[in-house]
Amino acid sequence: MTRHRGRGIASINYPIGMNLGGDPSQALVHSNPSGKFTVALSSIDLGQGMKSVTRQICAETLGVPVEDVYVDTADSDTGPHCMGSFASRGTHRVGNAVMMAAREARGVMMEAAAEELEVNAADLETDGRGNIHVKGAPHRSISTKDVAIAAQFKQGKTISGRGIFLVPLSDVDPETGEMSPATCYAHACLVAEVEVDDETGEVAMVRMDSAYELGRALNPRLVEQQLVGGAWMGISHALYETPEPYYPDPSHGPRDFVEYLMPGPGDICPHDIAVLERPAADGPFGAKGPGEMCANPVLPAVANAIFNAVGVRVDELPITPERVLRAIKAQGGARPQARR
Amino acid sequence: MLELRKDIFADERDDNLKEIGKGTQRQDMLGHVTGTSTYFDDHKLQGMLHLKVVRSTHPHARLRRIDTSDAERSAGVRRIIRGSDVPRNLNTLLSLINFGKDDEPSLAVDKVRYKGEPIVAIVADSPREAYEAMAKVRIDYEPLPAVFDVEDALKPGAPVVNETYPKNAFIYHDVYDHQKLRFGDVERGLAAADHVLEQRYQMSPIEHAPTETNGSIAAPDTNGRYIVYTSTQALFFSLDTCAKILDVPSNTFHFIGGTVGGGFGGKVDTLTEPLAILGATLTGRPVRYVLGREEEMQFGSPRGAERIYIKDGVMRDGRIVARKIRALFDSGAYTRLSSYAAVKCAAHLPGPYTIPNVHGDVYCVFTNRTPATAMRGFGVTAMDFAIECQMDKLAHLVGMDPMEFRILNAYRDGDMKAHRREAKNCALIECVQVAAEKAKWPIREEFKRASSRKDGGGSRAAISPTPRESYAPATAPSQQRTTYDRAPAAAREPPPPPPPPPPRPQAPSHGAARFSSVFGTRRR
Amino acid sequence: MAKTALQFRHNGRDVAIFVDGGTNLLAALRELIGDMTPKFGCGQGGCGACSVLIDGELHLSCLTLAETVAGRSVETLDSLKDGPNLHPLQRAFADNFAAQCGYCTPGMLMAAKALLDRNPQPSRTEVIEAISGNICRCTGYEPIINAVLAAASGGRARA
Repeated sequence: MTRHRGRGIASINYPIGMNLGGDPSQALVHSNPSGKFTVALSSIDLGQGMKSVTRQICAETLGVPVEDVYVDTADSDTGPHCMGSFASRGTHRVGNAVMMAAREARGVMMEAAAEELEVNAADLETDGRGNIHVKGAPHRSISTKDVAIAAQFKQGKTISGRGIFLVPLSDVDPETGEMSPATCYAHACLVAEVEVDDETGEVAMVRMDSAYELGRALNPRLVEQQLVGGAWMGISHALYETPEPYYPDPSHGPRDFVEYLMPGPGDICPHDIAVLERPAADGPFGAKGPGEMCANPVLPAVANAIFNAVGVRVDELPITPERVLRAIKAQGGARPQARR
Repeated sequence: MLELRKDIFADERDDNLKEIGKGTQRQDMLGHVTGTSTYFDDHKLQGMLHLKVVRSTHPHARLRRIDTSDAERSAGVRRIIRGSDVPRNLNTLLSLINFGKDDEPSLAVDKVRYKGEPIVAIVADSPREAYEAMAKVRIDYEPLPAVFDVEDALKPGAPVVNETYPKNAFIYHDVYDHQKLRFGDVERGLAAADHVLEQRYQMSPIEHAPTETNGSIAAPDTNGRYIVYTSTQALFFSLDTCAKILDVPSNTFHFIGGTVGGGFGGKVDTLTEPLAILGATLTGRPVRYVLGREEEMQFGSPRGAERIYIKDGVMRDGRIVARKIRALFDSGAYTRLSSYAAVKCAAHLPGPYTIPNVHGDVYCVFTNRTPATAMRGFGVTAMDFAIECQMDKLAHLVGMDPMEFRILNAYRDGDMKAHRREAKNCALIECVQVAAEKAKWPIREEFKRASSRKDGGGSRAAISPTPRESYAPATAPSQQRTTYDRAPAAAREPPPPPPPPPPRPQAPSHGAARFSSVFGTRRR
Repeated sequence: MAKTALQFRHNGRDVAIFVDGGTNLLAALRELIGDMTPKFGCGQGGCGACSVLIDGELHLSCLTLAETVAGRSVETLDSLKDGPNLHPLQRAFADNFAAQCGYCTPGMLMAAKALLDRNPQPSRTEVIEAISGNICRCTGYEPIINAVLAAASGGRARA
């Protein structure tokens, strides 16, 4: 029995959002009389961080601290329409809608502040710490709280904003497939190193090195969550998972987590990630969407690494020990390729 | 470990921001670590009933008789729901955005098309009493021949899975049984290539396996409305789907969700909400319908399988000159979202590379298995697996380093993509370079110097002459309906429109024109 | 159906409920006591989302008959923090961004607590072993392992 090491690579891109029926999302932003803001969405946070990333986008756009913004998701009576959390569209579509709403709210806030400070709104700026002051004269300042109170009780202004972001439907040509499927693309390249046991066909992950280009990492910790967790899912798709292990024969389907296999905490490997940011022209602060594409390069990189290790091509997913072993047997044994 | 490479593309960014770019703590983290984040099932309602469904034990069968008389008398049973109780017992998810025909019942009436298809719903005082009643439902099946392989399903004489699509394939543009992509002359490209490599790839289905299973709780609210706590990934999508199936105005419902225990695409299909609401309507009580783990795994929709054939032509120097792809998406018994996956996949071809001749045929095929749906990387994951394994083989074939081979073929700003839009904002080359650096994978100097912003466009912006194929006359099959269809006549599909005129001008389509006006196009 | 009276300690407080025969502890906690912190993930003992401590020992509440905890002490995530103060494990999970959807987090935290209670300075391998009965579909486990190691006494884990 020998364990063979090999490395493989894959590079990919991924479209942000979908081209189906038009792809809109809306957002509403408003302030309470203490100058604290609520973002109302019907968008869903299923763990990807929708609440957190839109909160930062709103705070940045308003020019207030992030603590002064709270995002309320997914109530159909209060949150305006959103297509949903899929197609890696959340950051891009909802983020843009929140930006637009926050810009409108900021406009009212600055007008209200201008009235209180008796200056022109164009001469004001926010300090990001909850104050608005005259440009170049920080002492001529008013807090967002005092502005909100004045707007509500003195001036009769609503510090609020509406936002929508729509990527209109692009018709698909039946003959050529000509279309505008997405307005921006994320990119990635990943190197996987594996160890293949030529007696059992088992594949162990050794390490991964990757580069992901995402437009802008709005929150690097959330991006890291997606990329680390997504790459884990990629390993799982590559080597473990299926509800139909003998597809297209539907028999022997797993019914629980004992039969449906996934890598556990002991099966993971070090993953060194670089994030690149080439801003998308229409992304919120240039952001695209890291959520979906992060698993994709792992599958082929692992398959290519297995070839490098033992010289077999397994073109069927998942690459189970059974498939690896059958391929090695058919080849008459492992044939390690040139070490990379 | 994550490293931000701020040095790359720095001239395209303004990094002078206050909140953006900071690793701020998640808004929901305190709730998560204290267990106070509220998921749909954490709502405890007075007098709540529990709904369970009886599922088909056959992959394809006619339903001769459904006898629920014993189940109705079973202890704790409040209501048995049959297909005839569902106001509009035929739907397709994307009908909300006018894509595809209604093809899936909420509860099967005269036929089942996959093992696990819901036939009868039981609403009882407790889950246990619902399970006991389920065992008392007697269903007389007449098994029919089933088809499980996508290529078998497309053969003449194959069992018809879903009568809405009698050829077992989704119909695109009312004409074709697949989505086409045509860019240049792939046959000429292949003929001129030094090497041609044709390969077959297969991805099995994949389960989303969120730790929280699909589910919802529907409760009568004041003033005739219903409040619905749900695990959906798409609140209004699910709300509007329920409004259609239950044939009521959408403002009948107050949907609350937003905090979901993982989805990955598996919570878009609105699997539980319509029956939970119907149960609440019929009993006047709150009704909870949550999938068990086995149901989630076997009968909640998976990422569908894909079979992919790739035929590539490559020159000795490593340039890919032609790529021909035939992909078959296994949609299972009903359409759900696979119809769109094929379109998204066609647009994704030939991967992030500039290849002058590309030909794609992508099929959405019906088989007698659990309907497939979207999952993280929808329409792209399996294709990327196939393309990137193929890239590795091609590099091997021409004796090139696989990193350098990718940089050589990578798309660059100004290139024409196969879906006939100019490539912009590219960054594949930089990703390969950085990954090589991180992995200490040596690449030659000329490849280290390559850039997405250099050497694109020019001849690479051209659309090579694309031969027109002989036009296949459209006899789009008229939509067949079965007895369960209670859709009002007005909602039925009109006869297929006449086929569109085959020659299309090069001018961008309506959507494309708007695209350009918003974001601008840069011509070299 | 006959109901059985059941008394036990729940997060340090005596509780008394009536349960149907066959009721599992998870259902008793969620539906009868109203403690929603343990989660239903599979009902088959395969995911660990329902993990609780019974007399300090880690158990899957979905596979535990409620009646078997009579007179014993059951701890859930709800017991972890001390008033407004987070337990070191909760702080470490937050600091390490060790939750995304949050659904596995209650069970994961209880598994981690069971480990640190008996082994305050676990090795990475021991942490992996301790959480290997808990499925997380979002994080890839790395941040969870790091969080448990960070929470271990003084943050000084053995290599």
